[in-house]
Amino acid sequence: MTDLKRRGLVAALGAAPFAVPLLTRAQELESKPRFKQISSRERTRQRYFPNLVLTSHEGKKVKFYDDLVKDKIVIFNMMYAKCEGICTPITRNLVRLQKVLGNRVGKDIFMYSFTLKPKEDSVSALKHYAHMHKVKPGWLFLTGSVDDMELIRRKLGYVDPDPEVDKDVTNHIGVIKYGNEPLERWGGCPGMQSPEWIAETLSWVDWPKKSAARNANGGGR
Amino acid sequence: MAYISKRNRKKERDKQTAANNRRELIAAGFKRRDLLKMGLLTSAGMLIPKKGLSARPLNSTGAFDDDEPDSPNTTPFQELMPRLTVLQPVPALNPAPTIAPNTAAGEARTVAHQAFAQFPPQRFYEMSEEAGTVLMAPAGELPPQTIWGFNGITPGPLFVERYGNLGSPGDGSILLRLRNNLPENNGGFGLPSVTEHLHNGHTPLESDGFPCFFMERGQFYDHHYPNVYAGINSTHPGTGDIKEAMHSLWYHDHRIDHTAENTYKGLAGAYILFNEFDTGDENTGFRLPSFGDGQNPLTSFDIYMIFNDKHFDNETGLLKFDLFNTDGILGDKFLVNGKIQPVLHVSPRRYRFRWLNTGPSRFYQMFLLGPNNSTKPFWQISTDGNLTERPVQVNSSRFSVAERVDVIVDFTNDAGKTFYIENRLEQDDGRGPDGDLFSAGQGDKILKIIVDGPQVPDNSVDPATIPAGTYFYGFPNTNDAPRITRTFRFERGNGQWQINGKLVGACNQAPRFAIKRNTVERWVFQNNSGGWQHPIHMHFEEFQTLSINGNAPKSTGLITKGRKDVFRLEHNMEAKVYLRIRDFVGRFPLHCHNVVHEDHAMMLLGVIDDVGDNKTKP
Repeated sequence: MTDLKRRGLVAALGAAPFAVPLLTRAQELESKPRFKQISSRERTRQRYFPNLVLTSHEGKKVKFYDDLVKDKIVIFNMMYAKCEGICTPITRNLVRLQKVLGNRVGKDIFMYSFTLKPKEDSVSALKHYAHMHKVKPGWLFLTGSVDDMELIRRKLGYVDPDPEVDKDVTNHIGVIKYGNEPLERWGGCPGMQSPEWIAETLSWVDWPKKSAARNANGGGR
Repeated sequence: MAYISKRNRKKERDKQTAANNRRELIAAGFKRRDLLKMGLLTSAGMLIPKKGLSARPLNSTGAFDDDEPDSPNTTPFQELMPRLTVLQPVPALNPAPTIAPNTAAGEARTVAHQAFAQFPPQRFYEMSEEAGTVLMAPAGELPPQTIWGFNGITPGPLFVERYGNLGSPGDGSILLRLRNNLPENNGGFGLPSVTEHLHNGHTPLESDGFPCFFMERGQFYDHHYPNVYAGINSTHPGTGDIKEAMHSLWYHDHRIDHTAENTYKGLAGAYILFNEFDTGDENTGFRLPSFGDGQNPLTSFDIYMIFNDKHFDNETGLLKFDLFNTDGILGDKFLVNGKIQPVLHVSPRRYRFRWLNTGPSRFYQMFLLGPNNSTKPFWQISTDGNLTERPVQVNSSRFSVAERVDVIVDFTNDAGKTFYIENRLEQDDGRGPDGDLFSAGQGDKILKIIVDGPQVPDNSVDPATIPAGTYFYGFPNTNDAPRITRTFRFERGNGQWQINGKLVGACNQAPRFAIKRNTVERWVFQNNSGGWQHPIHMHFEEFQTLSINGNAPKSTGLITKGRKDVFRLEHNMEAKVYLRIRDFVGRFPLHCHNVVHEDHAMMLLGVIDDVGDNKTKP
C-alpha cells in the first residue's frame, strides 16, 4: 500500500493518530474467521460436563451429562467413604436436606456425591455408605476411573491453587454446588449450612413458575 | 471409560502436560517476570501463548485449560474511553414513594424508611436493571455482548449529588427507585434477583443494599439516600461531621451468593458527592479540577475511571464467567468504563481522576508510564474517595477490589506526550498478588492518555504550591474510648471461607453480632495465610486504620493512613481499625470484597441496634 493510499484510509477512518495499528487491524479483520455461534448452555456443557461414564452406588452405569445433569436441578458434593473429618456431618446434613426437599428428589432435583478416592470407593463401599446413612432414591454416590473422577473434581472447581493444599482431599469436601442446567443458574454454598437454608438457596434456581409462586408468598426473607 | 472423542482425549492429555509444565516452572521458582524474559508470556494483556501456563487458580495445578484466560485478540488503544453518562432526575415517581414498603404495588422492600420524614427526598431517580447490548472492543473484533446494566448500560449512569448544605441538612436527600426488569434467560450466568448497595454511603440500612434484601423480576425497590455526613443524629447533631465527607462512591449488585456473576455481568456504576469544599468547580472551595457537565472535554476535568478485568470465550467471543471457581477470577482483558484498553485525549493542564476497581478479584498498582519508560508522579488526594490530609505526591497507587483512589495528574508541561496507566502489580491467580512489581513498561497498559487537547484555562489548585499542613478536612479524632474490641480472623477451612472459624450466617439466621448505635468500636482484622489476600469491606461508616502489624499507617508511598471502607488485608497481616457507628439502625454485612470469596461465605451478617452485644470474636 502506498503512503498516499494509507493517508486516504486514515482520513476515512477518522484521522486518528494511529495509522499503523489501524492498518494492521484492517488487515487482520479481512482474514479473521467469524466467531462460532454456540448457545451458552452448550458452551457450559462443553466446559464443565464431560460426558464421562460413572458407576453409581446402585451399580448402574451413568453418563455424567446425559444422565445426571441434563434438564435437571442438581446438587453436587465431594466425599469418600472412609472420611473421618467433615464428610460425615456433611452427609448427615444432606440427608436432612433430602428430607426437606421431599419427593422432588429423584423427580426434578437430583443429588450427586462424587468420590475423591475412586480406588478405595468401590460400588459396594459406596452402597454400604449410602445404606448406613439411609440415603433415599434420587441421590447417587458415584465412582469411576481415577482420571475421570479427577477430571470431574477439577471441572466442578473443587481445586486449590496451591498444589500442596490441593493434594489433601479433605480440602475439597466443604462446599456443595448446585444449579439448574436448562435455566443456566449455578451457585455454591457451605455443605454445613442449615438444610432449610440450602433448600432456600436452591429455590433461587428453581423453575420460573415455582419461584414466581414462592415470591408471591413473600419469598424466604 | 468415557464418551469423549479421541481429539478431546488428546486435548485433555495436552492440558495435563501443559499443566505439569507450569507446575514445574513454578516449582523451579520462576515468576511471571522470568517467563516474560523467556518469551513464554507477552506483556500486553497477559496473553499466554503456551498451553497450560494458566494465570487462573482453577487450573494452576490441574488437568484442563478450558477456562484459561485466552480471550480473542483485540487491538488496544483504538477506541475512546467513554465518560460516564450522568443520571438525570425524574419529576415524580408513580406510584409516589411511601415510608412503609408498598408491597401491593410490587415493592420488594420489607423495612420502613427510618429517615424519610427527617430528610424528605428532594430529587427522584428511577433506574431499570435490564439487559443491554454493548461493544467492548473495536467493532468486528468481539461480537456484541449482552450485559446486565443499570438502565441497560455498563458501567451504569453516574450519580452527581451534593451533601445537604450546612444549616439545611437533608436538602441533598434523594430517592432512587430501582426496577428489576432483568430477563429470565441469563445467557449462561447471572441471577436475575438483585439488591443494590451504595458503597459506601452513610445510608439508612433498609436502603443500603443488604445482601438478603433482594428483589425478584418485576419488582421494584425504593432506596432513600439522605446524603448526610455521619454524626448527624449523634456526635454532630443537625449537621453531621464534615470530616466524614465522602466524595467518590459507587453502586453495585450485592445479591447474596451471586454478587460476583451479577457485577461481572455489568451491574455496577459510580456516585459522586460534592459539597461546599469539594465543589466540582475549580474556582471555589478546595479548587479541585472542575467536573463541568461530565462530558465536554473543554470544561470537564474530573473523570471517573472504572477498571475491571474480563475474560472472553475464544470460540464465541462472548463474555465468560467461571461458574465453579471459588478462589478468585482473573480476566486477561482490561476495561476502563466498559471498553477494553481505550484512549483518552487530554489538554495540557491538571485533571482529577477517580479510580475504582470493580473486580472481580484482581488487585492493581497503577503507575503513569511516560516516554522512554519513564514514570510520571501524580498526587493522591483520597483513600476510598475520602480526602487525605493534603495531596501527597506518589509514583503509584495500589487498590484492590472496591477500593477507590482519587488522584490529580498534572499534564501542564506535557503537551504532545503520550502516557499509559500501567498496572505493574504481578498477580497470577485469584488469591491475590504476591507483591512483586514489573519494571516500567513490562506491566499491563490499561489506558492510553494522549496530551493533544487544546490549551484551556486551569484555575485548579497546583498541589505543589500548597503550604505545609492540612489542606483538606483532616481526620476525625480516634481518642474516644471504644465500647468493645472485636477480632475477625479471615481464613479457609475444608475448601471454604470462614470468619473466626465459622461459616457465613444465612439470611434466615440471627445476626452474628450486634453493634450498639452511636458507639465506638475497635476491630482487629487477621489474616494468618501467606497465600490469600482479602479486601475487607465494612458498610455504612468509614474506619481509620490505627496500626498494621504493629506499625502506624503511612501517609506517603502506598498510603494507608486515612478514612477507608475497604481494608486490604495482605499476607500474614494483622490490622487494628477504629470506627464510629452512628445515627441509623438495621442489618449490615462485613465481608471480603473479592466477590468470589464473598459469594462463598466470606461474609458476616450483623445488626446495628440500641443494645449491642459483647462478642469479641463474632
